[in-house]
Amino acid sequence: MITIITEHWGELLSGLGYTLGSSVIALIGSLVIGTVFALMEISTYKWVRGIGRTYVEIIRNIPLLVITMGFYVIVPTFFVKIDGFTAGTIGLMIYTSAFIAETIRAGIEAVSTGQMEGARSVGLTYSQAMIHIILPQAVKMVIPPLGNQFINLVKNSSVLAFVAGFDLMYQGKIIASTTFNTFDTYLAVGVFYLIITMPLSYLMRYLEKKWVTA
Amino acid sequence: MQEFLNAYSWVNLRFLLDGLWVTIEVSVVSIIFSFIIGTLLGLGRYVQVKYFSAIVGFIIDIIRNLPLLLILFFTYFSLPSIGIRLSVVPASIVAMTIFESAMLAEIVRSGISAVATGQMEAARSNGLTYLQAMRYIVMPQAFRKMIPPIVSQFISLVKDTSLATIILLPDLTEHAQIIYGQNVNYVIPMFVALAAIYFVVNFVLSQASRWLEKRLSRSKIN
Amino acid sequence: MKRRLRLLLPILLLGLAVILSSCGANVAKQDALQNAKADKTIVWGVKADTRLFGLMDIKTGKIKGFEIDLADALTKQILGKDATATMVQVTSDTRVPLLKAGNIDAVIATMTITPDRKKVLDFTNSYFNAGQSLLVKKGSAIKSVKDLKQGTKVIGVQGSNSVDNIKKVAPDATVLQLSDYAQAFTALKSGQGDALTTDNGILYGMSQQDPNYVVVGGSFTQEPYGIAVNKGQTNFVKALNKALAELRANGDYKKLVDKWFGDIPGFDAKEVS
Repeated sequence: MITIITEHWGELLSGLGYTLGSSVIALIGSLVIGTVFALMEISTYKWVRGIGRTYVEIIRNIPLLVITMGFYVIVPTFFVKIDGFTAGTIGLMIYTSAFIAETIRAGIEAVSTGQMEGARSVGLTYSQAMIHIILPQAVKMVIPPLGNQFINLVKNSSVLAFVAGFDLMYQGKIIASTTFNTFDTYLAVGVFYLIITMPLSYLMRYLEKKWVTA
Repeated sequence: MQEFLNAYSWVNLRFLLDGLWVTIEVSVVSIIFSFIIGTLLGLGRYVQVKYFSAIVGFIIDIIRNLPLLLILFFTYFSLPSIGIRLSVVPASIVAMTIFESAMLAEIVRSGISAVATGQMEAARSNGLTYLQAMRYIVMPQAFRKMIPPIVSQFISLVKDTSLATIILLPDLTEHAQIIYGQNVNYVIPMFVALAAIYFVVNFVLSQASRWLEKRLSRSKIN
Repeated sequence: MKRRLRLLLPILLLGLAVILSSCGANVAKQDALQNAKADKTIVWGVKADTRLFGLMDIKTGKIKGFEIDLADALTKQILGKDATATMVQVTSDTRVPLLKAGNIDAVIATMTITPDRKKVLDFTNSYFNAGQSLLVKKGSAIKSVKDLKQGTKVIGVQGSNSVDNIKKVAPDATVLQLSDYAQAFTALKSGQGDALTTDNGILYGMSQQDPNYVVVGGSFTQEPYGIAVNKGQTNFVKALNKALAELRANGDYKKLVDKWFGDIPGFDAKEVS
């Protein structure tokens, strides 16, 4: 394993870069999309709620691989040219946004009972109450689950290997098929993933404990 | 439009259904195994046996933090070097079971922890043994709490079987890929079919769990 | 009671681990020929995504192609008419690990004999002489490997040596590696790359499937295909070479070449055999 790491240091590191890059971009994007759909899901208008619900239900029940591959082969054929990294990252973003929408909706609902009426009765508008009262509290509540979503994103970004997205798993597959040393290569790739995900998951567990008891 | 409909010829549909059958087979067997092993592991981590729980916990954490794709590669390509040789369907089942057991163990552990404190002491002080308290007081409540996360984990499992196409598991996704690999006009129809079939299977699963949840909470009130 | 649970759990889990770990023994080191003779079966790793060589027939769910027929003929030649050839689907990426793992006895999957591979595997004599070439959309500006300049994207397949070759002859082009030929061709057709490179036999199969794509520039390498077995399976290699020579002598080999490649324009049966 050590020889794989030292001999293919460059490829592994660049793969790690693509993995992290894709995960971070997808996290930011899916936070935006997810928040929009979470707000739609708790809207006072029935049809807006309907759209939000439908989006979340559909995306949650389709495999990430199907969404990603779909973007990779369908979008360039009919719309714009996007490469594997872009297609994979958009796929990750869309897929994760459904889960983030659920997380944020649950957070808002946990906070908002009573609080919203209280804020409104003091004379705040709906959006003022949302921005100043509800969302800040909801954010604290959703940070640990969002951290866990980020860990999932890092793991899930391995689907980029299916669409030539230059990520860690893609590099690992190529190293394995040129060195024929499958065992050591995947061991090394595993270590690289764990370096990111393990500390993060312990941090999230710590935050969960701290904020739940606080 | 004609091309679009041609994609859903009887021959192609039957080939897709063959793949769906493999998806369901692998999912169901993995769900059963990972439910049993995950519960045991979760209990093992909760019970706090010296060293043992710590080691189990650490292994669970490692597996939970690795991509499933990597675990698939390992079971198919690397386990043979320690003498475990599996063909593609059992290899997929073993990989899914390893990964999902670790996920379920965590759900079970946190489910029990959420219920256990207080309840356990109350039960013990009423004269129940540890096992009795676990069996009659803690587990039923914890289980009810765990149903939603467990079911969403199972839905993940069904979706995740599609990743096993990387080791050529002849599942729904792989069969769709074979069909559109042979005729470019079938790309979109096949993705539509894939999305629709996975959606139906998983939506039915999630509705069934909602029904189960409602039934259980009603029985609690009665 | 708590103690009993504490004892029970480790024992249960340990038992599980033992059951799991006892379900296999190492056969990669055993004599593959002896094993094949004992159960009258050879397990072949074959392609299922490569037209002409090995392609999944959606109607029957069986793989068909030149290599499948050849594997079948070789099995019967070595083990007798009542022997069975079992086909296991592989890709360029999975064939070596599966062979080394002992999941399959031999690989007959458009695999070029190369010095690198010879370090870890044993090969038979060549059964097909391919050469690497390019597949592009009809009317493309790319006419040969010389046109693969900076900014062009070439699609290849993970684990194939055509990827290494193209990096040597066209170092400026970006190489995208997909997991199998079906995915690679789909990617080319969706415009993810400007050209697809691999051996001409495979490319002719793609061009036959979709005539909007053509093979250009002729071959720029020699790619002799061999059957791969595990390192040290000398008896097995000898038996396969003998059977191959017999099939060539009795005309069966030529029949198979004509059956699969006879009607392909631009393809010279003499050149490949």
